[in-house]
Amino acid sequence: MLEIKNLHVKLEEEDKAILKGVELSVDAGKVHAIMGPNGSGKSTLSYVLAGREGYEVTDGSATLDGKDLLAMAPEERAAAGLFLAFQYPVEIPGVGNMTFLRTAVNAQRKARGQEEMSAAEFLKVIREKAKALNIDAEMLKRPVNVGFSGGEKKRNEILQMAMLEPSMCILDETDSGLDVDAMRLVAEGVNALRDAGRGFLVITHYQRLLNHIQPDVVHIMADGRIVKTGGPELALEVETQGYAGILAEVA
Amino acid sequence: MAAAPQARPDATAARLSALALPESGAWAAEARKAALQRLTATGLPGRRDEYWRWTDPSSLNAAETPPAALFDAREVPPFEAVDRVRIVFVDGVFDAAASDDLAAAGVEIERLAEAGRHDIHWAKELYGVLEARGQAPVPRPLAALNTAFAPDGVLIRATARAAKAISLVYLHNSETSDAILHHVVKVETGADLTVLENGPAAARFNKVMEVEVADGAAFHHVRLQGRDHELRSATHIFAQVGEGASFKSFTLTVNGRLTRNEAVVEIVGDGAVAHVAGASVGDGDFHHDDTVFVTHDAVGCESRQVFKKVLRNGATGVFQGKILVKPGAQKTDGYQISQSLLLDEASQFFAKPELEIYADDVKCSHGSTSGALDDTALFYLRSRGLPEAEATDLLVLAFLAEALDEIEEERLREEIRMRLEGWLRRRRK
Repeated sequence: MLEIKNLHVKLEEEDKAILKGVELSVDAGKVHAIMGPNGSGKSTLSYVLAGREGYEVTDGSATLDGKDLLAMAPEERAAAGLFLAFQYPVEIPGVGNMTFLRTAVNAQRKARGQEEMSAAEFLKVIREKAKALNIDAEMLKRPVNVGFSGGEKKRNEILQMAMLEPSMCILDETDSGLDVDAMRLVAEGVNALRDAGRGFLVITHYQRLLNHIQPDVVHIMADGRIVKTGGPELALEVETQGYAGILAEVA
Repeated sequence: MAAAPQARPDATAARLSALALPESGAWAAEARKAALQRLTATGLPGRRDEYWRWTDPSSLNAAETPPAALFDAREVPPFEAVDRVRIVFVDGVFDAAASDDLAAAGVEIERLAEAGRHDIHWAKELYGVLEARGQAPVPRPLAALNTAFAPDGVLIRATARAAKAISLVYLHNSETSDAILHHVVKVETGADLTVLENGPAAARFNKVMEVEVADGAAFHHVRLQGRDHELRSATHIFAQVGEGASFKSFTLTVNGRLTRNEAVVEIVGDGAVAHVAGASVGDGDFHHDDTVFVTHDAVGCESRQVFKKVLRNGATGVFQGKILVKPGAQKTDGYQISQSLLLDEASQFFAKPELEIYADDVKCSHGSTSGALDDTALFYLRSRGLPEAEATDLLVLAFLAEALDEIEEERLREEIRMRLEGWLRRRRK
């Protein structure tokens, strides 16, 4: 489903390489986790895949279902089925959460040649999904992420994911800033979306989140590369040995 | 006495020679004569006047009207769904056939062209009176010119809650029309009135509205300006707000080569509220100037000035706003914000926010910002599947929302929002 080959990326504004040959393949139905120390390039990888400006791809490729992601505008990537849950969800004053979600859902449906969702149908679906994430009507009415707590922002990201039904979900440090209860709620939201047709890439510092979202494959990233790949036990290894131990092992 | 405006005396003389004083009865003749004296004392405005530094008045002053091509906006006319009494002016000339029956309006409405021929009229206490009060400390010669020469306008008196809105519709049919209209609105104690204005009006439009909002009365004003690209207009609102009264005015401006909107609001009764707001969107050859003076001369009053401008392709925005708190106007709550969203490097915004406070127990704040679209927000929206143009429009509407929120009536607010949305959609790159 998601194929990343020899991906090299540098910052546009300065001559600084961040990704130095990432190789990664995520199949449909699988949950992959990427762990790694600060500055290893995890978040950059998620931004580059989603199409954020400011990065230059100097080599390699990234495809989703065979389509060249790197040649597409961010909205085209979204329509192709890619979703990034932001580490720091953006506040947008003046735009109602509900209006935003409906515009997004319908923009994607339109891009895929599907009919737009009626207001009534949309309302029915969003109420149901919001309820599962403990998001009340008030939060849906408020401007996007404005005045939301850290946990509310992350739950709002998962609600967007649930509404947009992407085929490839990237979660960038979705556990950061969450207490145990909020993390469980977010993890349940993610687990509810797991199915045979959908792939996940979960980026995290800590093994904690992976207790709630069981990965099939765990990758360790360091200095812009995947340096080690294993099963769920690799995450536990991080917990006991720290990154230093694992990196010493592969060096 | 403030310094006299700097336009050359011959420019003023040339403009005056192109105008004729309308035939008037005693009360109007007196008011017009006094206004003409005010105008000749100051002369027309010039670039060196303090409040004309960023807006060139020469096309507003010129003896000859700069032509403005007619433009078919191909839009549903505004306020169709509102229960209203339509009063139509075509290039500044009253169109009886297109207007509703004024006698059935539920409020007293007369035309200046007719009432001005009488020798006595209630409008005498307001016509040119609020305008004259508003000439200090800053002269407003174009308003004095209006009082002297306006051939027509409406005189409205509401004594209770008006069942229908008064809707002034200004149509533009001649490429060289030069229209001058002067309205007087008296909202008597406890009354409640809504005045709507829309339409391009004329190639050049000079309009004054004087509004007295008596104790406990409420006045709501929603105005849609523009759509014709080459219009030039100078408008003034002079308002006096009494005890416990409410004055709320909102203007949306779309297009127009030159627009200067002045609002001069004097709060004279305790516990009164005055809000003046505006949203303007300009693309290309667009110059929009909001000049607002709010004076607090009573205790415990609230005023708000909320102005937002979206500018692109070399459009220019100007905001000059003042809150003046007179001695003794304690417990004043004054707020002023002016912001521009510059969608490219060629567009510009000039702002002059001013506070002048002579009371010690007041709360006043003002802010002015100018900025580009937020890249992070734009990426966030696009990453959710919104095409760039749609995401941009959504952020532009969000930027304007605070100004639109000043429109109290939801249906009107929604209509303005939809019109803006339509305008943005049609102009996507």
